[in-house]
Amino acid sequence: MNITPKRSLQTVVLALIVIGLIALALGGYLTPVSRYILTPLVTAQTWLSTRFQAVQNYLDAPQDMARLRQRNTELEAELSRLQTEIIELKQQISETRVLEALVDFARVNPDNQYIAAKVIGRDPNPFLQYVIINRGSDDGLRRGMPVVTQQGLVGRVAAVTAGAARVQLISDNGSSVNVLLEPSRAPAALEGDLTGDLSLDMIPQSAKVSVGDLVLTSGLGGNFPSNILVGQVSNVRSRDNDLFQRAAVQPSVELPQLEIVLVITNFRPVDMSPLIPGESEP
Amino acid sequence: MWANTGAQRHPSRFYGKALNMAVLISIPILGALLILQTVVVSNIPLLNGTADLVLLAVIAWALHKRVQTAWQWGIIGGLFVAMVSGVPFYVPIIGMLAAVGIALLLRQRVWQVPILAMFIATFISTLLMHALTIVALQISGVSTPILQGLNLITLPSVLLNILLAVPLYVLLGELANVLYPEELEA
Repeated sequence: MNITPKRSLQTVVLALIVIGLIALALGGYLTPVSRYILTPLVTAQTWLSTRFQAVQNYLDAPQDMARLRQRNTELEAELSRLQTEIIELKQQISETRVLEALVDFARVNPDNQYIAAKVIGRDPNPFLQYVIINRGSDDGLRRGMPVVTQQGLVGRVAAVTAGAARVQLISDNGSSVNVLLEPSRAPAALEGDLTGDLSLDMIPQSAKVSVGDLVLTSGLGGNFPSNILVGQVSNVRSRDNDLFQRAAVQPSVELPQLEIVLVITNFRPVDMSPLIPGESEP
Repeated sequence: MWANTGAQRHPSRFYGKALNMAVLISIPILGALLILQTVVVSNIPLLNGTADLVLLAVIAWALHKRVQTAWQWGIIGGLFVAMVSGVPFYVPIIGMLAAVGIALLLRQRVWQVPILAMFIATFISTLLMHALTIVALQISGVSTPILQGLNLITLPSVLLNILLAVPLYVLLGELANVLYPEELEA
């Protein structure tokens, strides 16, 4: 191996130049020089990179669109599922609130035994104010049992099958409930109407009745327990030449919007027909 | 010539089967309509009147010219309503049968304009059904103000029934065409 002295000198000089450049760079003396070199390089690199990305985006776009559409469909499906869930949960919350109120009502009135029932339909005949509930004789329901909500009296069970019952609302044209007014304690008869309105009849002329008086069941006649709230007097019609006063009543229960009701199962209505002379005679 | 090959040989047997099928199919149809009536339609009153889907279905069925099971539909519809409603049980049954009678009478007389017959039958049958209800309630001791009932219940119900008469007539017409296919000329 022949290494000439001239070539060795070149190598040493090159090494010294490299070492010198490194030393200058480490010392920061080459920064202005590198700036002049790198600036056009970076500019060119940026220009090229921008164009390359544009081309890449253009080429990738259809694939991304398809993926986005698929993702969009998935998210829409998820959204609709969540919306359905929200509606169901809201419904459950609403039902829970009603049940909570009914449980509170049952706690306040511990003497009575209740069965909660859901209103599942209304009478198809518009002349009648009846609702159909999803509890029947299998659940212990019997004809004549009073039906209430936490707000007050609803009606009474008119007919029972094994799994359902028909409830005559107090607003039915054929319904009549013996009530008394608070604070006067005046007795009256609460009657329904074809339009679903409630009115009071047979209020003695001597009784002092005013708007806002509470209407409670009196228990007379044995069809309903006493002291169940029915509503409030909203209008009084009193004439001197009438035998009795009349009044309109605002029911405490929103009868057209009934959802869940309580049936009082330990109340047995009294059959008074044998005591009425006309009905007991053959 | 009969529409299908089996019927070519035994037309009476074919119509016997269609008759049975038409009676059987009335049970789910009238049942579904009754459920719809009690759950939905009764909650959408006009003043105090509501439409009567079962009555409309029975009338629409009876008005189709090849239908032979109109009376059966009337009885089944009446029984269904009687089971659910608080009116005395004979009211819906008599009312439905009367509606079928009116529809059959009109089918023979006004056969060229069946939709007109549907409107007339709906109008008369609704009035009749409500009149029967009022009479039955009076008999059972419930006093019913007739004028108030007419203004607030019967007339709005008639209007709603007439509005729903056309769609039900068309739907049941399609069903009648399936169960009683038209005779084809040779």
